[in-house]
Amino acid sequence: MKKLNDQMAKLTIKRLSPEEEFPDLSQHNNHMAKVLTQDMFTKLRDRATPNGFTIDGVIQTGVDNPGHPFIMTVGCVAGDEETYEVFKELLDPIIEDRHGGYKPTDKHKTDLNPDNLKGGDDLDPNYVLSSRVRTGRSIRGFCLPPHCSRGERRGVEKMSVEALDSLSGDLKGKYYALKNMTDAEQQQLIDDHFLFDKPVSPLLLASGMARDWPDGRGIWHNDTKTFLVWVNEEDHLRVISMQKGGNMKEVFNRFCTGLTKIETLFKDKGTSFMWNEHLGYVLTCPSNLGTGLRAGVHVKIPNMSKHAKFEEVLKRLRLQKRGTGGVDTAAVGGTFDISNADRLGFSEVELVQMVVDGVKLLVEMEKKLEKGQSIDDIMPAQK
Amino acid sequence: MASSFTRMMSGRNTAMLLASLGAGTMATCYLMTDSNILSAEERRKLYPPSADFPDLRRHNNCMAHALTPAIYGKLRDQVTPNNWTLDQCIQTGVDNPGHPFIKTVGMVAGDEESYKVFADLFDPVIKDRHNGYDPKTMKHPTDLDASKITNGMFDEKYVLSSRVRTGRSIRGLSLPPCCSRSERREVERVTVQALAGLKGDLAGRYYSLGDMTEKEQQQLIDDHFLFDKPVSPLLTCAFMARDWPDARGLWHNNEKTFLIWVNEEDHTRVISMEKGGNMKRVFERFCRGLQQVEKLIQERGWEFMWNEHLGYILTCPSNLGTGLRAGVHVRLPKLSKDPRFGKILDNMRLQKRGTGGVDSATTGDTFDISNNDRLGKSEVELVQLLVDGVNYLIDCEKRLERGQDIKVPSPIAQFRK
Repeated sequence: MKKLNDQMAKLTIKRLSPEEEFPDLSQHNNHMAKVLTQDMFTKLRDRATPNGFTIDGVIQTGVDNPGHPFIMTVGCVAGDEETYEVFKELLDPIIEDRHGGYKPTDKHKTDLNPDNLKGGDDLDPNYVLSSRVRTGRSIRGFCLPPHCSRGERRGVEKMSVEALDSLSGDLKGKYYALKNMTDAEQQQLIDDHFLFDKPVSPLLLASGMARDWPDGRGIWHNDTKTFLVWVNEEDHLRVISMQKGGNMKEVFNRFCTGLTKIETLFKDKGTSFMWNEHLGYVLTCPSNLGTGLRAGVHVKIPNMSKHAKFEEVLKRLRLQKRGTGGVDTAAVGGTFDISNADRLGFSEVELVQMVVDGVKLLVEMEKKLEKGQSIDDIMPAQK
Repeated sequence: MASSFTRMMSGRNTAMLLASLGAGTMATCYLMTDSNILSAEERRKLYPPSADFPDLRRHNNCMAHALTPAIYGKLRDQVTPNNWTLDQCIQTGVDNPGHPFIKTVGMVAGDEESYKVFADLFDPVIKDRHNGYDPKTMKHPTDLDASKITNGMFDEKYVLSSRVRTGRSIRGLSLPPCCSRSERREVERVTVQALAGLKGDLAGRYYSLGDMTEKEQQQLIDDHFLFDKPVSPLLTCAFMARDWPDARGLWHNNEKTFLIWVNEEDHTRVISMEKGGNMKRVFERFCRGLQQVEKLIQERGWEFMWNEHLGYILTCPSNLGTGLRAGVHVRLPKLSKDPRFGKILDNMRLQKRGTGGVDSATTGDTFDISNNDRLGKSEVELVQLLVDGVNYLIDCEKRLERGQDIKVPSPIAQFRK
């Protein structure tokens, strides 16, 4: 008790005023900078989550990265599940702004029943080169990547690998720890486009997610290389289902089956994924709350992508475009990565449905433009 | 990052304690979600030090060679008065396994107290890095009397420029890895206020990195003065680039021969430099400037971090003692191609770098030659070593020009070799 007293007292000695501590956000363009005021900061500065995560931990990445020229970044991260509660004055408005007006009182619905998806098995493979669905999961009881200790990170790895090792059938696979990988294994994973590298993005580095690399990090995939799990990269787990061609239904089937099986395995071990009925699945970055789901395709739309109404069409379909290297890359040869823009406030099935329907329409438009026809009559309404 | 102190603070009982201490809102948070909070004891059982011990099998730095599970076990749950932990000290060394040819230090201090609280690890690292110097028993000499330097004027046919740098930390404020924004701003305020009191050939002005105009920036780049946001992972993994460019800046005198970096890798880096070979004048200005700045901060109740074992306290243990690097840019076209060049440098306690500074390659035959050592010898001793060494190198070069042979000098005495 005395030790705690002393340490508490010492902790307060160097505290200068909150005005002195407030970051200079005058050059900044991210969600955190838009929302954080002196009053809010003054209030939140005296708090910590039960794991000792503070406001500075939440906002450091946003302070260090004034803004992406084309993308409005979030500018904050969670260090643990409790962050979203303890710092809700900051995070609720950010969530609202980022997720299309999602209110602190709104409820998020989870739907991982693949039978509810209509169609999706017939996207034209002449245009749709590959289909992919990814999400993230956090294991309750462990701090998130910005804040976890080495022991916790290793705990996440151990628990995850145990769960994944008990998958069977077409989901049976193998784990490759980043630090134990042989050269041959590494090359194979690179050739398969599976290997993830140490983060270089300053958005991730500034939040402390790359500490102790590559300790506790690894990749698991099934034998057919269609179901893949990243361990301890930007989230505890990133779960990916993918295959060549346009059968998004099969991809989503496998995704849901795999996720549900993994969740059951964790429950058997006495833990669960971080989830609540307001925020859905809790992940490190507020942008991935809810479903954390990005369903997308690589699709050849050279004509459509040059069309004046391309951006408008995407906006109405609630889709976004990226280059074929993923976020922050350029498109190559008219082939784009097209995926859902939303994460929170829509269920998994709803989001994948939007992608399936939207991509079908884009391919239709591409075909029309190839023939020199207009696409005005099939312009979609705003979803 | 999850410090052990803050880990200790979890638990409902602790929340009650905090509330009774008057810790208000902080206690409230702990009460808010107690469904899966572990008590401090439970947490320590679940994550004993062995669970957190870093994997250093591929590492080649001083920290990795010195850290044992026993030391880690003893120190993991300690904190300095600024709530800085061992994990934070060693993070940079864990994240950067090391260069096969260069042995980096692999740890930093977050505050003055780090060197004491984590002495069980810092001491062997200091010993390793500084030729066997033992902080527990040895005393470091400080000597800033430039008049003692002899033969400090080099042949300018060979020496293109001369430079001396060191660092200084302001006692009472945390160091760059640990400091809060307000502490960093305080360092800037204290330093800039003191520098404004410099007069004569030392009078100058401050350029804050954040407020610089494009024109000022270009001028500073042209003068080779401007420092950039650190990109070296050795620095970024040590949390030194947080909040860039807040409270960072540079100050220089009107003649551009005395220069101070504020809040880069240390609180302050002090540099005296000029074209040509007059190292004596460079060092004289260096000492005079340092002493005047020290006097000016003392007038306002501040002082530099210093103690009799470690000398001047800086962020990286490699810069303890004098923190001094005295060097020249010198042309040695013949000598640099002689196979004995490396040995000659070694024996004279000198190091070579490229003309872009640490980790850069040389351009042509011009080298940056400077002293290896920082701790255990005074400023005057180190500068004299550099002066004698460079004079010897120039002598070798002249001999080779005349077709004469050169000799490798005997090694200079150290604590161990």
